[in-house]
Amino acid sequence: MPAALAVRGLAKRYGTVEALGGVDLDVTEGELVGLLGPNGAGKSTLVKIACGLIRSSSGEAKVWGAPAGSRSARRALGYLAELFRFPGWMSADELLTLHQRLSGSTGGERERTELLELVALREARGRRVETMSKGMQQRPGIAQALVGTPRLLLLDEPTSALDPVGRRTVRTLLEELRSRGISVLLNSHLLSEVELVCDRVVILLAGKVVAAGTPAELARARGVELDTDGGKRMVDGTRDDVPRIVAEAVARGERVYGVRVLTSTLEDVYLEAVGGETS
Amino acid sequence: MSAVPVIVGYVLREALRRRVFAVVLILTIVFLVLFWIANHYVHSELGKLRVPPDVPVDARTFASAFLSGLALFATMFLGVVLAVFLTLGAVRGDAERGLLQPIVVRPVGRSTFLFARFLGAVAVTAPYVVVVDLAAVVITGVTMDWWPDRIVTPPLEVAAGVAVVTALSLLGSVFLSSTANGIAIFMLFGAGLVAGLLGTIGHAIGSTAIKHASTVASYVTPFEALYQDALRQLTASTSGLTGFLLQLGPFGGAYVHGWPVRLWAVAFFCLVGAAALSGFRRRDL
Repeated sequence: MPAALAVRGLAKRYGTVEALGGVDLDVTEGELVGLLGPNGAGKSTLVKIACGLIRSSSGEAKVWGAPAGSRSARRALGYLAELFRFPGWMSADELLTLHQRLSGSTGGERERTELLELVALREARGRRVETMSKGMQQRPGIAQALVGTPRLLLLDEPTSALDPVGRRTVRTLLEELRSRGISVLLNSHLLSEVELVCDRVVILLAGKVVAAGTPAELARARGVELDTDGGKRMVDGTRDDVPRIVAEAVARGERVYGVRVLTSTLEDVYLEAVGGETS
Repeated sequence: MSAVPVIVGYVLREALRRRVFAVVLILTIVFLVLFWIANHYVHSELGKLRVPPDVPVDARTFASAFLSGLALFATMFLGVVLAVFLTLGAVRGDAERGLLQPIVVRPVGRSTFLFARFLGAVAVTAPYVVVVDLAAVVITGVTMDWWPDRIVTPPLEVAAGVAVVTALSLLGSVFLSSTANGIAIFMLFGAGLVAGLLGTIGHAIGSTAIKHASTVASYVTPFEALYQDALRQLTASTSGLTGFLLQLGPFGGAYVHGWPVRLWAVAFFCLVGAAALSGFRRRDL
């Protein structure tokens, strides 16, 4: 079975500026992949190429085996742009109806109700988009991306305008989607969010992949914190070294009250990977 | 292609909510009322006018045809305003505002989207132009007791001219921002009108160079050529000194006409449409 999204040697140049310089990336079925990187790293460009909004300069991107941008590729995906707008005069329900018609979805009223419920907008289904706050508009945005039950969801900064409660709603939603077997590529600046929900993380810098792996793989050991009667101190080692470290401390006559294995957070990994780079 | 009626409906609802139709309706009513008043006063003045018996001019035909030409121009102008405002931001403008991307990532071809945008605009402008011009014809007919030699074909040709402008506006929207596109299309429309007036001046003073420049400019802006062809049909059977004098006026002079113009307009429209589709397909959003 082909990958939900398979990207090989993908490059994009805007004149003399290289936005992507040969990126390889896979999102498999039901996998939630987080795309990280500073502003201008090429994250949105990659997502837009996968959607068919931008043409690549070289390399290829395939959605479930179909070339990105082709009709069958677009039929299989849902997309929420970073900078999107919907006609202010439309209600959330009308917006979903429009996207149902455009995507050929036969879900009708039942699908709309389910999606609005999923983004906690059921009570506000008749409310005009223009009367919603920027954060609230993100919700019908996510709902429209899910119209037609896409098998691949491309989300470009879906939580950028949301408050903490809204972010939690989206996180729960992403976990729900994963449980349904929907593949997700999540482009986000919120490291904690990515760390919490993503199966795998890809870090882009200047159009190239500089780190990739599961959050656990990326989180390197930083040592063992030993809490003894002589106070807390750091000892070099990993989880495997804990029995030895404790045994040695006890052998020295120390009283051990606690041991903690320290690993770097995704934030540490990210900052190390991008070298403090920002926009 | 099943997305076409969906996008057409979306465009029309958007225009309705943005009160585009309300503004055009008010402008149209104002125009028709002013046009009726103009007809009324011209009719009154004609009653006082005494043409010398040795001058073979039909003053009523001259004045009525002149007014009908003016109405044809005004109708085209209003139709162009409507067409431009319905399409000026169709691609780049809507993409910059973030309205376009959620639609084109759907399994709707870009060519289908562009065609639907064109159809949405023409579905409004074509009936509008025909109805308003026929209303003006009725006003002149009832007030002045004069009817054009051809009643139906002139508004149809003007509607076709507006369709050409719509295609140009969509082409412009692929490459230009909304404001720049609006300015470009209205300047092009103005250039077409100047081409027509240039032809009138060239014929009045007998200048071959000016007449030639006018013809070339009219072919470059085929909506103007269609307007001239429509204008000529208003008085297709009017001859003699009356016909000659009408040809000298700004709303009667038509020097580019006939099937070559109509066929060229179709070819031009196809070229513009192909360029718009090609540009849109290659455009990064």
